[in-house]
Amino acid sequence: MTFDDIRPGQALPELAIPITASAIVAGAIATNDFQDVHHDKAAAQATGVPDIFMNILTTNGLVQRFVTDWTGPEARIRKIAIRLGAPNFVGDVMKLNGEVAAVDQDARTADIRISGRNGIGEHVAATVTIGFAEGAR
Amino acid sequence: MTEQSDLLGRARAWIGRPATAPVTARDPVNQPMIRRWAEAMGDANPLWHDPDVRAAAGFAGAVAPPAMLEVWTMAPYRAGGRTEDEDMAVLRLFDEAGYRGVVATNIEQEYLRYLVEGDIIHARAIVSDISDEKRTGLGIGHFVTIDYEFTDQADELVGRMKFRILKFKPPLEQSKAAAPAGDAGANAFPHPRPAITHDNAFFWEGLKQRKLLIQSFDGRLVHPPVPACPETGSLEWTTVEASGKGVIHSFVVMHQPQLPCFQYPLPVVLVELEEGVRIVANMIDTAPEDVAIGRAVTLDFVEVEPDYILPAFRLA
Repeated sequence: MTFDDIRPGQALPELAIPITASAIVAGAIATNDFQDVHHDKAAAQATGVPDIFMNILTTNGLVQRFVTDWTGPEARIRKIAIRLGAPNFVGDVMKLNGEVAAVDQDARTADIRISGRNGIGEHVAATVTIGFAEGAR
Repeated sequence: MTEQSDLLGRARAWIGRPATAPVTARDPVNQPMIRRWAEAMGDANPLWHDPDVRAAAGFAGAVAPPAMLEVWTMAPYRAGGRTEDEDMAVLRLFDEAGYRGVVATNIEQEYLRYLVEGDIIHARAIVSDISDEKRTGLGIGHFVTIDYEFTDQADELVGRMKFRILKFKPPLEQSKAAAPAGDAGANAFPHPRPAITHDNAFFWEGLKQRKLLIQSFDGRLVHPPVPACPETGSLEWTTVEASGKGVIHSFVVMHQPQLPCFQYPLPVVLVELEEGVRIVANMIDTAPEDVAIGRAVTLDFVEVEPDYILPAFRLA
């Protein structure tokens, strides 16, 4: 994909992520996040939540992946802004959806607005700004 | 100074100061950590692992997914938790005040370039904001915002991050404090909270001091609180403290629906105070069959959660 393929309002294909304990722990370790609420169920429950839940850096990574799954390797991520709501607990499924919210013809960038919903509600609201390599890194 | 504003004062003294000592990544950007990250994310982008694709894109070595920006400088796993240096002292203030829950709520990352194999990342973190107390789905708490700058081995800025976390009082603890002795576990959910506005804040502030305050427009008493006198439109008002004596004007006994933070059957009364205004509140220490219109009641206060006090009535 190139910058010129992008149009405002284009929808990204939905991505469903099963939230298993393994997925949460693999994400936590891969992001070097050893906070106990992301791998120790008893420790999580001691803070008043029912189970371990996904750490924010994994959500951040899934949001990035969701965008580059669509654009292919040519896109260059400039910014990711995410806001978390309903936690991703074990046993849930998060569905990511997104669309092109804005295209800046001068800067040759696009903003993609993303929402990831689980069984409780909206887990993540995100805006990702992308450009394209076009010779430069 | 109240306990609450004292905590905020001490916490806000950190704004503009380093949240932790500067951190240098223990390992340079490297293919194994990139591969493990991409596998955990299910990210098949060939830029992260295919030498031909990255060479064609002009990268000399392995390329890191930009969302890994903070991963390089995260604190290591240690048995027993982080060291004091790795911990943020500003967050300990909240731990000590009972806000022991922690959850990250926002990340804003900006990437000035993609990191490549061999880059050595440094992170500096500055406390940038501490919110007033907020009521959230997880419990009452404060949002703490930390601004990060990431630089490379040449001291060039490679990325920035704004990281916001919520320090909150776990609801289990809030209700444990509120539940009567021997009744732990009955109140596993936070008590519903009022919407506090400019017009009714005095009422809730009065309750915190165990006073039931009634709005007085030049002697005309009004409850519930209003912005202006219903008769004259006057915006000038004072308050008078209720004596606490009254009579049950009407009542219901709630059976359904049952919210987890109340006990049922729950008598809810409309009491006519001796000052002449009426107020809705729960009855306490009273069997539902003893509640009757016309019975005399006296005011009491119930701290349903720390620092959250509601009026209640018992039979006189």
